[in-house]
Amino acid sequence: MTALSALIRRDIRIALRVGGGALIGVLFFLTVVVLMPFAVGPDLALLSRLGPAILWLGALLASLLTLDRLFMADHEDGSLDLITMSRTPLELACAAKALAHWLAAGLPLIVATPVLGLLLNLDMVATAAVALTLLAGTPALTFTGMIGAALAVTLHRGGLLMAVLVLPLSIPVLIFGVAASQAVIVGPMTFGAPFSILCALSLVSFVIGPFAAAASLRHGLD
Amino acid sequence: MTLIDLANPTRFLALTARVLPWLAAATVLLLAIGLYQAALAPDDYQQGATVKIMFIHVPNAWLSMFVWGVMSIASLGTLVWRHPLADVAAKAAAPIGAAFTFLALLTGSLWGRPMWGTYWEWDARLTSVLILFLMYLGLMALWRAVDDPSRAARAAAVLTLVGALNLPIIKFSVDWWNTLHQPASVMRIGGSALDKSFLIPLLVMAVAFTLLFVTLHLAAMRNEILRRRVRSLQMMQASRVAFSSEMGAGPRGQNASNEVGAA
Repeated sequence: MTALSALIRRDIRIALRVGGGALIGVLFFLTVVVLMPFAVGPDLALLSRLGPAILWLGALLASLLTLDRLFMADHEDGSLDLITMSRTPLELACAAKALAHWLAAGLPLIVATPVLGLLLNLDMVATAAVALTLLAGTPALTFTGMIGAALAVTLHRGGLLMAVLVLPLSIPVLIFGVAASQAVIVGPMTFGAPFSILCALSLVSFVIGPFAAAASLRHGLD
Repeated sequence: MTLIDLANPTRFLALTARVLPWLAAATVLLLAIGLYQAALAPDDYQQGATVKIMFIHVPNAWLSMFVWGVMSIASLGTLVWRHPLADVAAKAAAPIGAAFTFLALLTGSLWGRPMWGTYWEWDARLTSVLILFLMYLGLMALWRAVDDPSRAARAAAVLTLVGALNLPIIKFSVDWWNTLHQPASVMRIGGSALDKSFLIPLLVMAVAFTLLFVTLHLAAMRNEILRRRVRSLQMMQASRVAFSSEMGAGPRGQNASNEVGAA
């Protein structure tokens, strides 16, 4: 347990100090949201209609951007080999690393959401809904993306390939995240049904992600 | 003859060389019967002659999921039982599955235009099959990204098993989200909703397409085994050239026995 918490604390510290991985993600998120009015036009009514989709796309791309740091940096300096060889089960270590990554890179995105919602003319309730769906959905993005990150580490030149492999897996999360937040703003649908599916997707990814990532690390690094 | 006996590639090649002509003949025969029956099937009272696209579309759609299922079992074979031919089976199946999925999307699109008035609709079944197609392409890219076949096999096996989660989503998408695509009508509780005049040609076509897959798959597996033999022979050749240039022109004849042993 102490090994895992040490791993989490170390990963968060690295993410916050070296290269600003977490803040780069938020900056990228901001850039995506700012680009949208240039592409769609400055029509505030349209922007507030598209708001949840824009925020979700931005968060998805930002978390994808930061994901390749998850194992790559550790692989380069050799600490990934130490983690693989240590007595802590690799599955738990993977889960701890993903949790640390989400705390350092996913949580800042959610904190930034209210400010970005302001730029997109979202009202209080809609912003809260988007932030809540991001809170429920971004762990799923991290834990499924971890599978791609683990595959990419074993490939040595798999950065772009990782995006191709991970994006299809994240489509369900995107669908239900946007559906739940749209339900609050316009929809005749209720918020509860898509939101609980979103939570279910996150829970499933907690189970599958660490096992698949650990399996591909174990098979790829020998 | 059990699955373990097939672990020897040479025995596998010998067996498939004998079986393949019969399989190909059976495929052609069944396809001919199925297409003939499909052509004789009556027009639908609502859809007219376009209903006949079904006889191509539905088998393609079934096979697109069936092939991923075969690849998942092969991936288990790679990761759990370490069967030497499992990764050959998984690699050979991916392009075939991608082709079936593409044809399912294409024929569905052509069928959708007269029936629904649109080539494409973002409904649950269509979207999930499109995701399946993307995953086939990603998997094929993954196979090509790694030089060493056995490492590529294990990476691809993990991804295949994760991707298998998409299969139940596709199967039940029409029941869970009641959108444009019709709900299940052939395999359902309480018997098929299809009339016999449609059902029998459809099932014949489904068996014919499955045989087509088995034929293509075995042929592709043979190609893959031969390709790997060529690759290992080339690598031995390269290492022998490197070795002989290092040692002078001496030991060329000496290493020839290795090549025979590998072949």
